[in-house]
Amino acid sequence: MTERTEHLSSNELRTMYKSMLRIRLFEEKVGDLVRKNEIICPCHLYIGQEAIATGVCAALRTDDYVFSTHRSHGHYIAKGCNLDALMAELYGKVTGCSKGRGGSMHLSFPEMGFIGSSAIVAGSIPLAVGAALSFSIRKTDNVSVAFFGDGATNEGVWYESLNFAALKKLPIVFVCENNLYSTHVHISDHLADTDIRKKAEIFRIPGIQVDGNDVTEVFKVAKKAVDTARQGEGPTLIECMTYRWRGHVGPNDDLNTGLRSKEELAFWKEKGPIKRLEKKLLGNHFLSKSEMLSIRSEIEKEVAESLKFAKNSPFPQEESLLDYVFKVS
Amino acid sequence: MTRIQYNKSINQTLRQLMKKDDRVFLIGQGITSPWYVGCTTTGLLSEFGSNRVIDTPVSENGITGVAIGAALAGMRPVLLFPRMDFMHYAMDQLINHAGSWHYMFGGQLNVPLTVWTIINRGGEQAAQHSQSLQAMFTHIPGLKVVMPSSAYDAKGLLNSAVEDDGPVIYIDDRWLYESEDDVPEELFNVPIGEGALRRNGKDVTIAATSYMVGEVIKAADSLADEGIETEVIDMRSVKPLDKDILINSVKKTGRFIVVDASWPSSGIGAEVSSIVGNEAFKYLKTPIMRVSLPDSPAPASSSLEGVYYPTSKTIISKIRELVS
Repeated sequence: MTERTEHLSSNELRTMYKSMLRIRLFEEKVGDLVRKNEIICPCHLYIGQEAIATGVCAALRTDDYVFSTHRSHGHYIAKGCNLDALMAELYGKVTGCSKGRGGSMHLSFPEMGFIGSSAIVAGSIPLAVGAALSFSIRKTDNVSVAFFGDGATNEGVWYESLNFAALKKLPIVFVCENNLYSTHVHISDHLADTDIRKKAEIFRIPGIQVDGNDVTEVFKVAKKAVDTARQGEGPTLIECMTYRWRGHVGPNDDLNTGLRSKEELAFWKEKGPIKRLEKKLLGNHFLSKSEMLSIRSEIEKEVAESLKFAKNSPFPQEESLLDYVFKVS
Repeated sequence: MTRIQYNKSINQTLRQLMKKDDRVFLIGQGITSPWYVGCTTTGLLSEFGSNRVIDTPVSENGITGVAIGAALAGMRPVLLFPRMDFMHYAMDQLINHAGSWHYMFGGQLNVPLTVWTIINRGGEQAAQHSQSLQAMFTHIPGLKVVMPSSAYDAKGLLNSAVEDDGPVIYIDDRWLYESEDDVPEELFNVPIGEGALRRNGKDVTIAATSYMVGEVIKAADSLADEGIETEVIDMRSVKPLDKDILINSVKKTGRFIVVDASWPSSGIGAEVSSIVGNEAFKYLKTPIMRVSLPDSPAPASSSLEGVYYPTSKTIISKIRELVS
């Protein structure tokens, strides 16, 4: 394919569309399974934020590293990690990506460069900086990415990490997914200055705010940041403006709890990342409606397969409880 | 074997480890300072460069995370805390991340991290520059904790810590830095989890850690003149603990005292007492005794420090209490 829009070929856009839809359909299924008590571990769903993980990971190589948070399914899927192992992990099965030790908040898939996710807010940010330090010491050209939310920018370790990465010009990209809420607290109630992008200035690194619901925009900004890091020119902070459709944790939308208004949710759903990309793909004749439907049914099949895999997999053996506390050499 | 000072032994070990393995690097506050860490890092910056000898901003939690992240990416960092007290800032990274990572992800990635830290006791350093926090770390699954008492063990244990595939907290007592011992020139291992018998005796067993091993030996020597024979065990590793060496000794002596210069509540002494009580109960002729710091923050004034820190005299009176 030679057609390109905003520097992305129709092939690249289709791949991104598939990744976003894979996240969406997987998360919708997980939400249903949580409602049915089929999945017990706490799941922080990524619905509404799919363009960020997808756009950023599209700018990375397999051997670039990603560090994630409690809301980790989207990053895991976008980095190309195995869907069966993810669903099995949510079911607490031994075939899960963390062998049933981690659950939803602790996913890892090192062979795809997905190093892990921490459920301590901002906890994985310095780890990503450390991976970048190792790339710098060994003089390789890999890049490390730290995903985190707006709430994480309140943590001291966020400042410590940005300062050290900027000081040592490390190959890292800091990706803030500003979904306007830190658990149940609106951003205006937790940040004295809600302009997160601007905080890059105090570390003398580029800080860019981007529409986090536009995957092509996210990709463009991420690509530049990743290239800059790879060339040894230091970190970038990207603030992606977005919105999560579900509550902080679990499948509900928080409307009945009074935490946010119906209008607010409707406004952001209208600006949703998948709808937006579909419009673009249809408008450019990169995909037809029927092609979209067939992609959808293909992914639904993948998700159904992952569920079947998870259900058919065994639980970890009781006698394995203490395995992995220490590495046995 | 060369007669060498403890701090020089560390310096030599670090140099040899960095020469041998390019995954090893040093990171932490004071690494390049001429005085902050007792001359243990002298010359390393000029030999290995700022790429591998990294002095850092005072960002304990962040830098600990950085060291863990580098370990996850295949390096073998030695992370320095020049005063143990500063580690409180880094507890999130040490406990939630370093200690849990290998387990939490089903053994996929390990954290070969050495956390090197110094108990900065005495010298009127007061409550925030003198703490001994070994017990806190032994509480955490996934962490190993070692405490050498000699220049020989410093070298062997530091080498084992760096070679270990998981996070190891390696603790020095600064009062040991000028002590001397015969130490092999080349790298060698003191296995983590093995205690050492320092003195044979039949009347009472004393297990001690770090600087207190020397005080216990002093006490034992002085009581030998009175005909009390004390068996002295250097625990060296407080997690994992060498239970066998303790229990076998208690089988022989029937009396047990544990000496560790940290706080008593839920401390090393409590843990060791519980193990000996459970596993050697029928051999015990007297109750188990503990020697620890008092349950108080450290004072500044030397006059108060004199009663705060246990010495050979404290130990002598405990032994007399037990053996009389």
